[in-house]
Amino acid sequence: MPDTLGAALLIARKDLAIEFRTRTAFFSAVVFALLAIVIFFFAWDPTAVAASDLAPGVLWVIFTFSGLLGLHRSFGVEMADRALDGLLGAPVPRHAIYLGKAMANLVFVLAIEVIAVPAVALFYDMPLGGAKSVAALAALMILAAIGLVAVGTLFAAMSVNTRLGELMLPMLSLPFFVPIVIPAAQTTARLLAGRPVSESIGWLKILVAFDLVFVAACTMAFPHTIED
Amino acid sequence: MEADALVRAFGHRRAVNGLSFALDAGECLAVFGPNGAGKTTLLRVLAGLLRPTQGRAIVSGVPLPGGPEARRRIGFISHASMLYAALTARENVELAARLFGVPDPRAATARVLDAMRMTPRADTPVRALSRGMQQRVSIARAMVHDPHVVLLDEPFTGLDASGAAALSNALGVLRGSGAALVLVTHNLDEGLALATHAAIMTGGAFVRYEPRAAIDPRAYAESYRNLVALDA
Amino acid sequence: MTDTATRNPLGSHAASDAVRPAARATFDWLFVVAVLAVIATFIRAIYFTPIEALQGPAQKIYYVHPPSAWVAFLAFGIVAIASLGYLWMKDMRLDRLAESSAEVGVVFTTITLMTGSLWGKPIWGTWWTWDARLTSTLFLWFIYVGYLILRGAIEDHGMRARYSAVLGILGSLLIPFIHLSVYLFRTLHPMPIIGKPSKPSLPNDMLETFLLAFCSFTLLYVALLRARYRLATDRAALEAEEGR
Repeated sequence: MPDTLGAALLIARKDLAIEFRTRTAFFSAVVFALLAIVIFFFAWDPTAVAASDLAPGVLWVIFTFSGLLGLHRSFGVEMADRALDGLLGAPVPRHAIYLGKAMANLVFVLAIEVIAVPAVALFYDMPLGGAKSVAALAALMILAAIGLVAVGTLFAAMSVNTRLGELMLPMLSLPFFVPIVIPAAQTTARLLAGRPVSESIGWLKILVAFDLVFVAACTMAFPHTIED
Repeated sequence: MEADALVRAFGHRRAVNGLSFALDAGECLAVFGPNGAGKTTLLRVLAGLLRPTQGRAIVSGVPLPGGPEARRRIGFISHASMLYAALTARENVELAARLFGVPDPRAATARVLDAMRMTPRADTPVRALSRGMQQRVSIARAMVHDPHVVLLDEPFTGLDASGAAALSNALGVLRGSGAALVLVTHNLDEGLALATHAAIMTGGAFVRYEPRAAIDPRAYAESYRNLVALDA
Repeated sequence: MTDTATRNPLGSHAASDAVRPAARATFDWLFVVAVLAVIATFIRAIYFTPIEALQGPAQKIYYVHPPSAWVAFLAFGIVAIASLGYLWMKDMRLDRLAESSAEVGVVFTTITLMTGSLWGKPIWGTWWTWDARLTSTLFLWFIYVGYLILRGAIEDHGMRARYSAVLGILGSLLIPFIHLSVYLFRTLHPMPIIGKPSKPSLPNDMLETFLLAFCSFTLLYVALLRARYRLATDRAALEAEEGR
């Protein structure tokens, strides 16, 4: 019988396999992100604010909205044909289902970002700095994505069972994304301005604390959302 | 498998209301009843998908809800296929095999797919399969881990003659190797053909329960129609 | 209600719903006392408490804004604790308590935000300021509204109770993070110094009115909570009789 991590990995692989076969969700999210990046550019007055100053903010707003697109499909696939019952009937602990789906969502969100970040750099004339700052940005991206996915996966599981599920997910999740976006955007702005990472330690601490608290809380809350 | 004063309530409505029975290895209980009698809820409780509000069920000595261990011994087949449409038949069954901790998942998958005569189409995505074939894959999936108890919710719906034959065959094999079956169905003939015990369920409880040997099909059908009419 | 006596031993859901409605007087004396207390506070604040030198008459909002903020957060604390309790014990009464506290709490949160805005305009010259406390209150409002909308979107009582309990608990974890993030944001980004009037050392008169405001608002909260809870209980009893 697979243990929690083994089961979670099986489920994550299954989700990614399905996503890879169909690819529609991923492409839609990427196209959405690119369009949004372009629209935001034209919404601002370029004489008032330099594009490169806007870039960190735009990057992280796109992050939350395209993240939501990815999260929504996460449980949709389980509801068709009641495939979720198949998982629930299996001898895997309930939170393994959560962890597996969260891991798949994490990959999904990061994959979108791999395309979105260079796009923002390109369109907003955003200097990415040297390898070190890119690495720091990548690490920041992962930390932020963990938080987003932790909360989002849980709310996706809930939304899929409610009326107006598509509206419910953003409404529930967005307040929780704010303590991710503020530290992330602030740190990004500093990194891109060439400031040393040590200046952003306060923000990073908040982000890490958020991740720890919410991964734990959501893992514990998940069984209550799928089983009575 | 054993159920002891099982109750499952949704708010104030008791879908399963104080139900008890016991099944030994190799036996098959057919449960008949009108829609809304609580048959599907009963199966979902026995499958570990719902917690009983009261009472308990025991599978091969392990009580439900007992967490993962109890579920390992149970196979569940419902009229929803519980399959992932984008994956192939083989992938769906193999996933189940791995989740249930089957020692050689590939071989076990091949074996059950063969038993359900799905080998030629094993590598087509499920969404490209007909309903009858999807049902067969679903059945294969439920059997791949050699369950002690198999719960079936209207399994013959949508199956053609070949599929129905494959299913009866597979169930026969399972019973031979000692599994107990609980079969919910509308179809008296099919149910009685497989059953060693039969029950009629209305309003959340068994109103009739007896061994198959004691049943005269015609009288039973008559009595069933009457009970259903009463309940309607 | 005699059916309940002849039924089999009831499960946990059913037991707490075998309620005894309306064995109480129809006159809600607690509510009347609470309202009178609040009115008395206002009268005292307007007529019998001196006008503060620096801020003028607008400062009198001070007797409404912090007390209702206190109640807003208190109400949410109750929601969070009741939610935790529900998930642990699955007692529907705790769900009804959480629901009632949320409905009362959202009203006080709205009052807090509005009075904060009204106070801000004459004192700071702006209708809104992104300081940590006000922003936390805003997010509290979002959580409350989300909570109530979520409840409205779920039919099944059991699922509704579980889901809103999860949201209640997670929401209570969120607020400290919001507060911290905004606080750090403000420390690192010197925004136009608004000079938020921090708790001034109050002369006795004002202090008394202030404390009176806190007490009467809390009393009002308890009265409203109890009334709302009774409504929830009655509604559950009605649904039980209808067999839902």
